[in-house]
Amino acid sequence: MAARTLYDKLVDDHVVRNLDDAGLVLLYVDRTVLNEYTSPQAFAGLRAAGRKVRNPRAALMVVDHVNPTTTRRTRAMPDDAAARQVDYFAENARDFGIEYFDILDPRQGIEHVVAPEQGLVMPGMVIAAGDSHSTAYGAFGALGYGIGTSDIEHYLATSTVRYRRLKTMRIHLSGSAPIGVTPKDIVMEVIRRIGADGATGYAVEFSGPAVSDMSVEGRIVLSIMIVEAGARGVVIAPDQKVLDYLKGRPRSPKGEMWERAAASWLALASDPEARFDREVTLDVSEVAPLVTWGTSPDQAIAVTDNVPDPAQQDGPDRRAAAQRALSYMGLGPGTSIQSVPIDFAFIGSCTNARIEDLRDAAEIFRGRRVAAGVRAIVVPGSTQVRAQAEAEGLAKVFTDAGVEWRQSGCSMCLAMNDDMLRPQERCASSTNRNFEGRQGPGARTHLMSPAMVAAAAVTGRITDVRALLRGSRQ
Amino acid sequence: MTPFHQVAGVAAPMMAPNVDTDVIMPKMFLRGVDRSGLGEGAFNLLRFSGGKANPDFILNQDGYRDACFLVVGPNFGCGSSREHAVWGLQQLGIRALIGTSFAGIFNDNCANNGLLTISLAPARVAELASVIADPTRNDVAVDLAAQTIRFDRGRRTMPFEIEPVRKEAFLTGRDFIASTLVYADDISAFEARHRAASPWMF
Ligand code: SF4
Repeated sequence: MAARTLYDKLVDDHVVRNLDDAGLVLLYVDRTVLNEYTSPQAFAGLRAAGRKVRNPRAALMVVDHVNPTTTRRTRAMPDDAAARQVDYFAENARDFGIEYFDILDPRQGIEHVVAPEQGLVMPGMVIAAGDSHSTAYGAFGALGYGIGTSDIEHYLATSTVRYRRLKTMRIHLSGSAPIGVTPKDIVMEVIRRIGADGATGYAVEFSGPAVSDMSVEGRIVLSIMIVEAGARGVVIAPDQKVLDYLKGRPRSPKGEMWERAAASWLALASDPEARFDREVTLDVSEVAPLVTWGTSPDQAIAVTDNVPDPAQQDGPDRRAAAQRALSYMGLGPGTSIQSVPIDFAFIGSCTNARIEDLRDAAEIFRGRRVAAGVRAIVVPGSTQVRAQAEAEGLAKVFTDAGVEWRQSGCSMCLAMNDDMLRPQERCASSTNRNFEGRQGPGARTHLMSPAMVAAAAVTGRITDVRALLRGSRQ
Repeated sequence: MTPFHQVAGVAAPMMAPNVDTDVIMPKMFLRGVDRSGLGEGAFNLLRFSGGKANPDFILNQDGYRDACFLVVGPNFGCGSSREHAVWGLQQLGIRALIGTSFAGIFNDNCANNGLLTISLAPARVAELASVIADPTRNDVAVDLAAQTIRFDRGRRTMPFEIEPVRKEAFLTGRDFIASTLVYADDISAFEARHRAASPWMF
């Protein structure tokens, strides 16, 4: 058989049948995770047609997008619309027999944080879910990807989705990351090089020594954030680190079954001769901490650079877009990004609110205070992450520094709950999207790593975290 | 889904690259459990400011208010998977989008709802955009069966490509779940083999 990529193998292993001769297949899906805002119309569709969920055990339902993150947790939602979504979600879980983590469940959190924590994600699976960042599961050697509500309904009714094979792209990361440069900076560097549509139509495989060196949590950051270059699927070949992460999780296989599974997982990799439609390489030792200046995740610069001049962009449409982005962001060309003051600092989201992210941020906050006039909040990725951060003493570091220590949820990543910026407020944010209005109408978002957000919080302006790292080590 | 055969009407140019689904359907309109009220949500923060129609926005301008086509820049529909973006465009009266490339999830969502997406070479999209920029020459007719776009008062025609299975689905307004359920036995047989090979996944 011809050499195949890992992506091709995972697709081949899940083809129920071909639907045409141009790569459209009926693809079996092993798992899904459902949230309260993209699933209601799918369940309504099932109800209207009198259909059942074909395999309820393969699904998990978690409230994460609309819930408040205020410190004291109750079942109360911020308003009637959110309450209605959560009530309908619970009703669907009950009526269709699907496991459900409500807001008071100690396993609750952002779906992409919770699913791996629970051992629901395994190498070799196909996981399609109603959220674009379902690529997170690629970090485990599963093919994860996002689908819309109609396809959620299709999956629930049939355990399959109609799927067209993607082109493949390998992103090879070599070298070792300098101090202060995190997986977030690395993936932001890839995105700015290939553009916000650089991976549109592709499934991406990350490979290379810098990936092997990275923790599983770091690989999750790559897998999630590359969606902002348009990637529709991500895979990373699983290794011992993945096995160590999964072992002993509630839904991970046990005993002899674990041994069999682990052996098969370690065999999952692209064949050495496999060809990719596109190859991208990056030496991560060249990467600096990055910050976005605009309203698309590819509009990013090194923290030491100045805001670019829109006149330098290619073609009139891109020039106009950059011009518009700058006026939305209230920035002028040539401004040193490090001189830009912030109003708000947000550490949270499925991209950057796992325990390692909170440790990075805490290292900066330790012994420092949030600058006057800045409000800083940390929203852990899950209730378990929250408990662990409290056990490790990180929560105390945050509160001592004047940072609000919150309950888990998507929160200000998309501001569907009551955590929202006011127009023109400027936020240093560890999230993945700086779109217009993402954090509230008129809100201005600068994407960066959690440590960079912490650095901005304590100085009151966008800051090169490396200066503070050196300072804190003297 | 709504079938698509021939549609004729006005097209509005929206040529910015990377128009994301947060812009197409802002979060305030994601709070329902059904599909109602999304026409008001579509492009809401661009269409309105301070409760009034924003005159700078193309769909508020003379000659473009009743557009049923959008001619769009690259990577249209990127970002969030929210299908509300597609429902909202349809409720606004949009029947087809013509551009160089569409983001993956958004494109699938369009196909599942009968909102036709047509991908053309950049020069073709630019040609179409320059003609429709003149409201007196803005009449576009898309014929899916013939795979053509007629424009410029019928003087010019462009062909477009579409995969046969997709075309058929748009023409018939197919119910994908019903057509997949025809393969229920294949799915069960696959599942039994898959469970035997990877029992830990079940
Ligand atoms: S944290 Fe943000 S990106 Fe992640 S699932 Fe929630 S809203 Fe989506």
